[in-house]
Amino acid sequence: MTSLDTFRSETRAWLEENCPESMRTPMPEREMPWGGRNASYPNPDTKVWMDRMAARGWTAPEWPAEYGGGGLSKEENKILQQELAAIKARPALTSFGLWMLGPALLEFASEEQKKKYLGEIIRGEIRWCQGYSEPGAGSDLAGLQTKAEDMGDHYLVNGQKVWTSYADNCDWIFCLVRTDTTVKHDGISFLLIDMDTDGVEARPIKLISGASPFCETFLTDVKVPKENLVGELNKGWTIAKRLLEHERSMISGMGMGAGAASMGGMEVVAKESFGTDGEKIAEPSIRNAIADHKMDQQAFGLTLKRASEEAKAGQGLGATASMFKLYGTELNKRRFELLLDVMGTQALGWEGDEAFDKRELAVTRSWLRSKGNSIEGGTSEVQLNVIAKRVLGLPDA
Amino acid sequence: MALVLTEEQTMLRDMAKQFFTEQVPVTNLRQLRDDKDQDGYDKQVWQQIVELGFSGILIPEEQGGTGFGPIGLGIVMQEAGRTLAASPLYSTAILSAGLILAAGSEQQKAALLPQIAGGELLMAVAIEEGPHHNPKQIAMTAEKDGDAYVLSGDKRFVIDGHIADKLIVVARTSGAAGDDKGLSMFVLDADTDGVEITRTHMVDSRNAANVRFDNVKLSADQALGGIDAALPELESVLDLGRACLAAEMLGGIEAVFDSTIEYLKERKQFGVIIGTFQALKHRAAEMFCEVEICQSVVLDALSALDERRNDVPRAASLAKARLGDSARLITNEGVQMFGGIGMTDAVDVGLYLKRARVQAQMLGDTNYHRARYADLGGY
Ligand SMILES: Cc1cc2nc3c(=O)[nH]c(=O)nc-3n(C[C@H](O)[C@H](O)[C@H](O)COP(=O)(O)OP(=O)(O)OC[C@H]3O[C@@H](n4cnc5c(N)ncnc54)[C@H](O)[C@@H]3O)c2cc1C
Repeated sequence: MTSLDTFRSETRAWLEENCPESMRTPMPEREMPWGGRNASYPNPDTKVWMDRMAARGWTAPEWPAEYGGGGLSKEENKILQQELAAIKARPALTSFGLWMLGPALLEFASEEQKKKYLGEIIRGEIRWCQGYSEPGAGSDLAGLQTKAEDMGDHYLVNGQKVWTSYADNCDWIFCLVRTDTTVKHDGISFLLIDMDTDGVEARPIKLISGASPFCETFLTDVKVPKENLVGELNKGWTIAKRLLEHERSMISGMGMGAGAASMGGMEVVAKESFGTDGEKIAEPSIRNAIADHKMDQQAFGLTLKRASEEAKAGQGLGATASMFKLYGTELNKRRFELLLDVMGTQALGWEGDEAFDKRELAVTRSWLRSKGNSIEGGTSEVQLNVIAKRVLGLPDA
Repeated sequence: MALVLTEEQTMLRDMAKQFFTEQVPVTNLRQLRDDKDQDGYDKQVWQQIVELGFSGILIPEEQGGTGFGPIGLGIVMQEAGRTLAASPLYSTAILSAGLILAAGSEQQKAALLPQIAGGELLMAVAIEEGPHHNPKQIAMTAEKDGDAYVLSGDKRFVIDGHIADKLIVVARTSGAAGDDKGLSMFVLDADTDGVEITRTHMVDSRNAANVRFDNVKLSADQALGGIDAALPELESVLDLGRACLAAEMLGGIEAVFDSTIEYLKERKQFGVIIGTFQALKHRAAEMFCEVEICQSVVLDALSALDERRNDVPRAASLAKARLGDSARLITNEGVQMFGGIGMTDAVDVGLYLKRARVQAQMLGDTNYHRARYADLGGY
């Protein structure tokens, strides 16, 4: 047996022993394991599962063990993910800390910062949100105005962030702040702020889906210790961009359709909705549309796979994050529009349990939520700009 | 599954790229077209292709080939597609060699394969009977007459039919159009009595023929594979053909894409390079994504064949359907972004546009493969 085989059998045995039964069932939205100081656990197994995985560092499998990560190689992590998938295990921890901030800290933070923050993320103790966008700075993110003044022993932060996802439930916020007003990109710094600090206030904003997962975040005379600066002063833009790549990669996973999976296969729903003609969906235009969509999805999945194989082989696909973010989110939006065509009025219920079942109501809300996919993390138009400039080398006007 | 090329495959690609770029550039096709060349391909080029071993890529070494397999074949076709190289590779080295390998008797293999690898024998496969690919709908009959068979009917769009020394014909020995069972394949000399071959001139300046069979008598040993049972083997080789066509189409769209991007960086209007216009930039970036997607589906179809995976039909249909769509998009965008000059015969983009539409029809267009993909998915 190779060491990877041993790793697989040991992992399988450990998961069998340690993954609670209820953590092997589909996850309702309200049981998402976001962690944090104010987390509530409607299903107590969620916390048990999180703690057990965190103790092995397996909430962050490839992060170095010295910071509390799993210290696994890519191959080992792949095995771990396969074994988790095999028992349909829920994620033990979902968090912006894991997906976005952590990878950036590993690259840019000081040793003390890594020791402090990475461990908290891995154990799900601190829930992070992202303070990038401002009312006047969306696509043109570097136009941000929230400023941090050097007061000797601390920074004094004033300004407003917006579209801050989950800010009202988060503990800390990683912020882009202006530390030099005379230049644009070179006047931005990357600052970590405890949201319990006086002067931080998050107000939820209601979305078209009816939910309020994001906020306006006001920062008024907030005192931030100087050691909370990541990287050098005025060098925050580099960190910001790298973090966006992690964010875009994460978002592009949507292309594979996990969000719509709760309805089962689209073709199954269509057969119920339109009836069948032999094996075929009775409505040919819907059958064609579904086949087109599935081909797009398979092609996208193959491209993700090719990119990861090429990365391993040391060949770069270049600007992959932007391409995948663009394609994956547009694909996800098309998927929900198609699901609406397939389900007809059953996908247009708002509330009440007489006419619509839970899954149908969830499709309505998810369809609305999917519209944000091509906006958050940089809009589709911005991704097209990035590809045109960085990959194709087309000049600016 | 491998979606990256091995070192050996990369070497083959570099060799093929260099060969087609240097020895068979697009001017080669223009010359054949403008000279109204009788054969529609360059014999000298074919000789070089044979010497490089490309004609024997599918064929095992014992039978004179190189045994590089489907990925190797796809790589060569992609590079050929980049320069619109016209050669008998597709009809002889892919479809015919594929069918003989899949269905032929030991005797047929020994007689035909070394000649194919050696470039001495050109073959063509007669399948289509209507304007749309649909092998199950084949109606032409081969009626049993004692120990022999008598072929009657018309085939069309027989690629390289006018230059073939031998033909492989798919015909019905029983059943009716639409039946899975009842199809058989036969090998015959192109100059057999009762065979009438008419070259057709297609928009892509490449070569096809209509073939009329008027009571053509065949002996039982001319059957290729089992009587009434050709469809499975035929389909498996058609899938190989589809994947290779998709690879050739990929080469074509890469060429159009590259030259379009170059043009966007050169051409000035309103005092600036047109590549600075966002309306064009965004469409260029979308084409980039399409090309990447196309590379993935083509490689996957070829590796499915290489690894004899059981999802070959699905992978081949995906590749052929996707490339049909993308080639239409990218060749149309290419012409548009070149502006007026894109409409002229002097610029290559029009040649790629024309070739792409013919390739799209070969062995099934996007509509055909979308429907097949849905059938395979059970919906
Ligand atoms: C669901 C959701 C969650 C989010 N979560 C967060 C978060 O947690 N933290 C955070 O900081 N931000 C978050 N955002 C904000 C998001 O990053 C911004 O909304 C996004 O960057 C776009 O900025 P904007 O809304 O100001 O739109 P604008 O920049 O005003 O864009 C308006 C339109 O103009 C187009 N446009 C703008 N510039 C160009 C250009 N140069 N070329 C072509 N077209 C252009 C855009 O593509 C868009 O269509 C979230 C957004 C959403 C929808």
